[in-house]
Amino acid sequence: MEKSNSPKIDGIIGLERHIIRTKGGKIKTKMSGIARYAASITMVILVILTIYGFCTFDYKDLDLLNASLSLLSNLKTVFLHPKASHFTVLDGLYQVIITLGLAFLTTLIGAAVALIIGLFAAKNLSNEYVSNAIKAFVAFIRAVPTVLWVLIFAVAAGLGSVAAVIGLSLHSVAYLTKAYSESYEEVDSGVIEALKASGASFWQIVFQAVLPSTITSLLAWTFMRFEINFTNAVAMGAAAGAGGIGFDLFMAGSFYYDLRSIGVISYLILAFALILEIFSTRMKNKYLA
Amino acid sequence: MKLDIFKKRKKQLAIFWTGIIAVTLGSMIITGYDPVLGITSVPKAIIWACSNFYPNEKSLSRLPIILSKLRETVLLSIAATTTASILALLFSLLGSKTTSDNRIISTITRLIASVFRNVPDTVWAMVLLFSFGQNAMTGYFALFFTTFGVLTRAFIETIDEASGDSVEALKSTGASYFQIVSQAVIPSSTPQLISWVLFMLETNIRSSTLIGLLTGTGIGYTFSMYYKSMNYNAASLVVIAIVLSVFVIEFTSNYIRRVIL
Repeated sequence: MEKSNSPKIDGIIGLERHIIRTKGGKIKTKMSGIARYAASITMVILVILTIYGFCTFDYKDLDLLNASLSLLSNLKTVFLHPKASHFTVLDGLYQVIITLGLAFLTTLIGAAVALIIGLFAAKNLSNEYVSNAIKAFVAFIRAVPTVLWVLIFAVAAGLGSVAAVIGLSLHSVAYLTKAYSESYEEVDSGVIEALKASGASFWQIVFQAVLPSTITSLLAWTFMRFEINFTNAVAMGAAAGAGGIGFDLFMAGSFYYDLRSIGVISYLILAFALILEIFSTRMKNKYLA
Repeated sequence: MKLDIFKKRKKQLAIFWTGIIAVTLGSMIITGYDPVLGITSVPKAIIWACSNFYPNEKSLSRLPIILSKLRETVLLSIAATTTASILALLFSLLGSKTTSDNRIISTITRLIASVFRNVPDTVWAMVLLFSFGQNAMTGYFALFFTTFGVLTRAFIETIDEASGDSVEALKSTGASYFQIVSQAVIPSSTPQLISWVLFMLETNIRSSTLIGLLTGTGIGYTFSMYYKSMNYNAASLVVIAIVLSVFVIEFTSNYIRRVIL
């Protein structure tokens, strides 16, 4: 296409940049052959593995029909007839606040540590070897399920809130380091270069350029982690004796066999999780999109 | 005037940090978290792990059991993710603004998905334990429920984002609902949908350990058995097996993502 000064043609040339064409010059409207092939193979393999899984699971003579019927009636009891019997609703509310406290502490520790480690994990602020080493280490921490970290720390610190906070924080550090370093890497390289040229030190670059321009996305990531940590804190209460509403849930489920209490606890957790989700979605849409 | 702005900013910052410190102290008091104990427990845990938490020859003999449990857990996560994604696709077609004109159905669908997503898998596992007992199906349904909730929301967002224009174009040519879905919605959002399914697969492999621990099934139960009987060498072998499987799944799905996106 010839260059022209008319704005209309310029617009078409601008559009042309976004259009992917095949070798023959036709506009591409579908995925490339390899991509489509890979997508179908992925789906086929997943389906095969699913069928294979269902054939090999150890069902232990489970009567699926009766179990499903009992599940439906149990769900009805949980969600339609909730009633607190071994604790008051107010007490349950206090336990949820303890769980929120756990989530807050772990997110705060995670954010504080990741803020600094993230700097060294960002390729544009640190060198490639350090960045790769930190990213690999962090990937390892994330690969171990949170509950296992908590249980490992529990051997040294005893089962309870200390092990839970340290274990959950470790996972938060790993998650946030990855997220933060990716945000840092998006900082305009020109700004950093300009500051470097004017003789700014590393920390001056961090405080004057990197942090101010990434603070909103850092906050959005941190809040997303807070939401995850709330769910994790519930789980740690149930699986690792960390206290809070999770422990009540575990007691109601495995000790008192009380479905109606589980109903109350479910509604309490659901209410708080919904509030957190609404906040975090708003922040995500505002700052990360 | 300029001075006022700086003063105001300083005041705001002071309020912000006071608030953070107050909430932190409050959280420490109600959770009973002792920061000194917390910090000292880290080196203690490292020393302990270096002297106890590694596989030895005796624990290697348990490798076949561990691997068979791991295989079951991985297959369970895959089965739960795949089946949940099929249901989530149907629900997301009902819930998306692009493919569903009926506002009431769309809202109800989103509400159902939201409940399934926001009730943590821990709660589902506890409720399921009543009906299914110590069975692989307990873990399967717990994963299925949360995956269904998360994927329905993600699918709705993907469909709204990826196929808005092409759906409008097809509608104006008079295409039927099924023509629109099969020719515009599915082709234009397939790569993103698969990417989400893979993401949930990675998440589920990790959560299945937790659910197994709670419900006495799969690799989580194997770990908890060794852990409670203080057979830390075997427990560490379980951790290594889980880490390797997570790495393999992550590597594979990253590779697939690079090809299809």
